[in-house]
Amino acid sequence: MEFPTFPRGRTLRRAAATVAALATVTLVASGCALTAGSDDASSGSGSGGTESIAFVPKQLNNPYTDVVLGGGEEASKAIGYDYSVVGPLEASASSQVTFLNTLTQQGTNVIVIAANDPDAVGPALKEARDGGAKIVAFDSDTNPDYRDVFVSQVEAKDVALIQIRQMSEQIGGQGDIAILSATANATNQNEWIKYIQEEVDTNPDYAGITIVSTVYGDDDDAKSFQEAQGLLQANPDLKGIISPTTVGIAATARYLSTSEYKGKVALTGLGLPNEMREFVKDGTVTAFALWDPAQLGEVAAYAGQALVDGTITGDEGDTFTAGDLGERTVGADGIVIVGPPTEFSADNIDDYDF
Amino acid sequence: MPDRTTTTTASVTGAPAVDPTRASSSRPPSGARDTESAAEKTLRRRRLLTGRGAIMVYALLATLLVCALTVPRFASVQTTGFLLLDAIPILMIAMPMALVIITGEIDLSVASTAGLTSAVMGVLWAAGWGIPEIFVVCVLIGVVCGAVNGALVTTVGLPSLAVTIGTLALYRGLALVVIGDNAVANFPPALTSFFTSKIGGTGIPTVMVGVLAIIVFFGVLLHKSSFGRALPAIGFSTEAASFVGVHVGRVKFWMFVATGVVSALVGIYWTLRYSSARSDNATGIELAVIAAVLLGGVSIFGGRGSIPGVVAGVLIISSISYALRLGGISDVVLNVVTGLLLVGSVVTPSLIAVARERSRARRAARDVLAASAAHS
Repeated sequence: MEFPTFPRGRTLRRAAATVAALATVTLVASGCALTAGSDDASSGSGSGGTESIAFVPKQLNNPYTDVVLGGGEEASKAIGYDYSVVGPLEASASSQVTFLNTLTQQGTNVIVIAANDPDAVGPALKEARDGGAKIVAFDSDTNPDYRDVFVSQVEAKDVALIQIRQMSEQIGGQGDIAILSATANATNQNEWIKYIQEEVDTNPDYAGITIVSTVYGDDDDAKSFQEAQGLLQANPDLKGIISPTTVGIAATARYLSTSEYKGKVALTGLGLPNEMREFVKDGTVTAFALWDPAQLGEVAAYAGQALVDGTITGDEGDTFTAGDLGERTVGADGIVIVGPPTEFSADNIDDYDF
Repeated sequence: MPDRTTTTTASVTGAPAVDPTRASSSRPPSGARDTESAAEKTLRRRRLLTGRGAIMVYALLATLLVCALTVPRFASVQTTGFLLLDAIPILMIAMPMALVIITGEIDLSVASTAGLTSAVMGVLWAAGWGIPEIFVVCVLIGVVCGAVNGALVTTVGLPSLAVTIGTLALYRGLALVVIGDNAVANFPPALTSFFTSKIGGTGIPTVMVGVLAIIVFFGVLLHKSSFGRALPAIGFSTEAASFVGVHVGRVKFWMFVATGVVSALVGIYWTLRYSSARSDNATGIELAVIAAVLLGGVSIFGGRGSIPGVVAGVLIISSISYALRLGGISDVVLNVVTGLLLVGSVVTPSLIAVARERSRARRAARDVLAASAAHS
């Protein structure tokens, strides 16, 4: 037993050498990939070549985000920009910063970001702007100091107006209605409900309508289902339900379609076409609304181009053309509204897939 | 327990952390260690240049070279700044974490401690407290979080893995209780911009000075102090260490307090760097820290590791991920690469040890055969 020190030292060294070799192999492999990938990146930001646009969503691999990004990609191609998507795998406050840093270094011309935290991305965005990038916030705004424009889906009031109008049309402008919302403290829901109530109180067209109850399904499918059931039991004369949440409207539709109220109690609100299709086809639901997420990505890309070209600077009143979607105007605080929500009915629901 | 005397000899003579006896603890010591000969001195010096720590430093230099040559724009002052700002939290926590793992324990609650610190910072700032007072409270939070872990591990005698999985959830939960879904962002701009500022035109973040102090502190503690020499001994064999008079419990307790305090400092750094105090700050970095520490050559079973190796380990992972991102490689690939590196660095030495053990057994069998043949 006389080989303690020497062979052991060798083992250690050999182990370390293997690790080093492994590291080198990995690096060389990634290095090859890197040079391949970065070639078009450098030509993208190069002098006079194509401009580059990078989307930084809250997180990758989210179905809603994928639809938004789909619109962004299409528009980026239409304007001839180099399109890329980078982002974290999880939506934490600071996880986007590293990606912004690398985009800054790559000289990306337009950064389109849905901020996980309005402030955490601030310094990184500031550095990107100092490097010449234009910043478009979309979906979820940053602190206005850090971006050029914010592309917002819809005006809160438009969402409210469309829902009460659809409801009124479906019940002939007369009767009791109820609202099935998400959670009691959801900011956007409450804003819509406030406008709906205001409209019912002030608009003579809706004088015959009374909102008898507002209940909360907490964006939980089972709870929403029970709340819908409860609403109809508590209010036998109920003519319609407005559910401004995709979970709530789907659950309510599911309840109505299997009950005696099918086709008798109107249902409208905000829903996803793919979830609502069967209920539109079986007659439970006549019409509902939602913005088209793809348009959000599209308008964001066109806004980025307009900023690069100098068509807009982000000041109130600036206008630019968003491809087929037509002209958009920059509103107060640099906010660009994508447009009125899309209304879905049996006529057009098959045109949408999200 | 024949082992005990073996390892005791090793720790009594103050054999450094890299002492290789752990490769096969069943073997008796090589004898006359008490009088260190000139030859042994050279051997030790040579080990300093060829040990795992040194190899990691070479690997880091190789990594930087490869990145600089293959990734456009990698070799720039901007990279230094962005890369270090991202690496600082991992680098800081990796220091005490390396020591904890060397003693054979682990602390998974570090990121949650940082999150809790951040949450408390936000609430206190919103309540109108001054920055110095807030810093003091933050450090105290680190002390308390670390002490809770330490006490549960040492006095109650629970395994640190179980304890810190629990406190990982507990501290993050407390952070949510403290600040909820809110974020506090209105910290003084002078302070937040200090935390992202660079030293002159070097691209090196100003806070790096403080981080360097932490690295030096833990480096000296591990490699130059008698307290530090006890750490690998504990990780090596708790019984042996206490047998020679090391206060195992006390040492471990203070190691957990150290991780707590450094995690709290990371909480402060995170909050001010991103100028956003939130309960979900620093989520998930405990795994990045442990990965870097292991890559840096610290044995997950305790008993072995060095601070230069860990620093190199952290910087290697950070550089590779930064280079991959700069090269436009998706985060998914990045995870695979880091995972491969980590598995490789942990598995390779074990594989080699197994192979060596086999060939040794084969050789021994051959010797026995030859001997019996000679006899007959």
